[in-house]
Amino acid sequence: MAFSNPVFERQWQTFKANRRGYWSLWIFAAVFVICMAAELIANDKPLVVSYQGELYAPVFKAYPETTFGGMFETETNYRDPFVRELIEEEGWMVWPLIRFSYATINYDLDVPSPAPPSGENWLGTDDQGRDVLARIIYGFRISVLFGLMLAFASSIIGIGVGAVQGYYGGWTDLAGQRFIEIWSSMPTLYLIIIISSFVAPNFWWLLLIMLLFSWMALVDLVRAEFLRCRNMDYVRAAKALGISTPVIMARHMLPNAMVATLTFVPFILNGAIITLTTLDFIGFGLPPGSPSLGELLGQGKANLHAPWLGISAFVSLAFLLTLLIFIGEAVRDAFDPKKYLGATS
Amino acid sequence: MSQADTSRLSIENLSVRFGNDGPAVVDNVSLSIAPGRMLALVGESGSGKSVTALSILRLLPPQATVTADAMTLEQQDIWHLPENRLRGLRGGRISMIFQEPLSALNPLHTVAKQIGESLAIHQGLSGKAAQERVLALLAKVHLPDPETLLGRYPHQLSGGQRQRVMIAMALANDPSVLIADEPTTALDVTVQAGILDLLKSLQRELGLSVLLITHDLGIVGRYAEDVAVMHQGRIVEKGPAARVLADPQADYTRHLLKTEPGGVPPVTDPARLTHLSTRDLRVWFSQRGGGLFAPKTWFRAVDGVDIALRKGETLGIVGESGSGKSTLAMALLKLTESRGEITLDNTRLDQLDAKAMTPWRARMQVVFQDPWGTLNPRMTVGQIIEEGLTVHQRGLSRSDREAQVVTMLTEVGLPPEVRHRYPHEFSGGQRQRIAIARALILRPEVLILDEPTSALDRSVQHQVLELLRDLQARHGLSYVFISHDLKLVRAISHQMVVMRAGKALEQGPTEQIFRDPAHDYTRQLIDAAFATDIRAISANN
Repeated sequence: MAFSNPVFERQWQTFKANRRGYWSLWIFAAVFVICMAAELIANDKPLVVSYQGELYAPVFKAYPETTFGGMFETETNYRDPFVRELIEEEGWMVWPLIRFSYATINYDLDVPSPAPPSGENWLGTDDQGRDVLARIIYGFRISVLFGLMLAFASSIIGIGVGAVQGYYGGWTDLAGQRFIEIWSSMPTLYLIIIISSFVAPNFWWLLLIMLLFSWMALVDLVRAEFLRCRNMDYVRAAKALGISTPVIMARHMLPNAMVATLTFVPFILNGAIITLTTLDFIGFGLPPGSPSLGELLGQGKANLHAPWLGISAFVSLAFLLTLLIFIGEAVRDAFDPKKYLGATS
Repeated sequence: MSQADTSRLSIENLSVRFGNDGPAVVDNVSLSIAPGRMLALVGESGSGKSVTALSILRLLPPQATVTADAMTLEQQDIWHLPENRLRGLRGGRISMIFQEPLSALNPLHTVAKQIGESLAIHQGLSGKAAQERVLALLAKVHLPDPETLLGRYPHQLSGGQRQRVMIAMALANDPSVLIADEPTTALDVTVQAGILDLLKSLQRELGLSVLLITHDLGIVGRYAEDVAVMHQGRIVEKGPAARVLADPQADYTRHLLKTEPGGVPPVTDPARLTHLSTRDLRVWFSQRGGGLFAPKTWFRAVDGVDIALRKGETLGIVGESGSGKSTLAMALLKLTESRGEITLDNTRLDQLDAKAMTPWRARMQVVFQDPWGTLNPRMTVGQIIEEGLTVHQRGLSRSDREAQVVTMLTEVGLPPEVRHRYPHEFSGGQRQRIAIARALILRPEVLILDEPTSALDRSVQHQVLELLRDLQARHGLSYVFISHDLKLVRAISHQMVVMRAGKALEQGPTEQIFRDPAHDYTRQLIDAAFATDIRAISANN
């Protein structure tokens, strides 16, 4: 329904007219899709192994070393020169573009880690000898996924709370507003740090903790929109028809509130990524060893003599955040009633 | 033109278009106003009458292209005046009053300052001299107690008082021409008459030439000496008002005269049963003033109203703005909380909870005033009309629903193909037809019409009224018709209720109330409304 709508059509045209935002969306989409397939791009296992005429896909399945004539029952370490020789005697291997996963330690470095960029480690290694580019690709994926999930979850809660407050108004609204005022005046970062010291923070815990505070961003917007809409004649007409409250909210009022919401989503996404990076930077974020842009930034700070760490982390973060801001600007343009006036009035 | 010698303001071949090759909004218009006379410029919305007025003072936005052969004020050329000299003219020799006084007055300035500003600019008056002049002006527009008004802000004044302040401002510099752009459209009918009487007496007293822009032929008949009828940017007819109204030459003028509300509601059997009634219906809103612990006060929007609507008849509810008539409609529909009894077909609706009310909603539907707010802009016309069926007739298949939508559209006089289009593609009148179709698809018995035609032009209003009468005759619908327009109510209602400040002053058969109103207020309303009744005026001529 919403997608064949002339209003939407006009908004999509306005969005496309902002070339910078439009291209940013495509670049972001492309980078995102590539990073979702990080295992196929940066991995310490070959994509395909042919051994004694049979094909193996180590990325998807763990094979013990004995499969390839080795000695151990444990999973094959394909980077081991001994194993490599074994396989290449009776077959071949196709490696991904980058032969390191985020946790792979390169033991063959000629210099003490962090090692500068080389033919093998394109962006150098960090202070534990792990490939920076591989960590950036995995870190990018985790940041964007985290941001998307947080933005999605906080939008749903924010829209729900805002809708209920705006639709019912009165005491419901008053109580909700006061609660939000108190809740939002909590020092979020300290609370996260304190909570992190009680539970070992993994991806889901962090998401949950940050969700506790990030859902409020949209409430005011949605609430205001619902307060405005609830006295519209078409909402009254729907009530007079006997349409149920949830249907009125979803069919007649939510599309108006979605305008304000969608405009905000890229910025919420940005905020979420920045918060996650901050936590990782100060060491209260994802568990140790996880690929993370914040942790890389922290390493850059600790190893100023290895500028490739800081620069790589900075450039990839700046790239991601700038893309999102550009997309956000174009979305804002698209939903600006001054730019698609005539379609609705 | 020979008239130009004797005219005070004359315009020759004025054309206005927006953009370089847009259509002409005003097309070769020539007008002249004689000294001390009132010329009414009449037309429907979009006819170009306001644009004509604005172009005299060159107040149009820069993208408008204005051309004219000549424009003279008291035989002096004003068409070729440079902008700085023209500014001296505006608010000086030619002044203007607008439709909506609340937006034309600066909300941050007191009455004294609003009027004083113009005096300071044009006459260099200030201090005591200015204040005396302001007081004299306020007295001239018959505002009581001018001294206390000086320090008031626009929001502290009533609509009529604001319009009087506007007129005082316009008179501040002894203009010779006054342009009044729909000066009473936003006002209640009793206030409207007062303002127009004032304009008329000022015109006589000060020898003003007045250009009155209006859509209401009744006002023309009662107040104007001359009339020019505009249609699609052209003047289709002009001449003395009495002659034009009595013996219109142009087809369009005849059409306008014909669409003045008239006729009577369909005849019904007086022994019909009561269908919808209320007893002691009250809607009170709590108001909190003066802080958290101040005692609650109540605003009594509807205060003990009894109405009775008989089957197949129309009950007209009239009242001025703020009389509680729309709140009454919301209460009848149970869309706002109320106390008292509401009975439909011997069932007490007020005792039903939201769930039990649902089946009854199909029997009582509503059409609202504003054709722009009444349809969800994000749904197609088909989706809008069929929505009620999705609740009340769940078993229907998609094609059954579509068939019913098509029937409904035909019934309200729209082609069935429009169901795939969106509301913004339709005019005000068409939107109201869609709103009526949405209400009727559930086959209701009672239709509540809350000012369904007040936002529409007279001729469109006429069509919608005809449609409503026709539907009533065919389906035996009962209407509650809410309006501020007594002429409309008379044309459609069998019974009527007069409301004021939340109370029902009187009710009874429409014709009886019109013939012999029991209450002074009703008499005032009727006098004010029918002072500008075109049929009565034509009859007197």
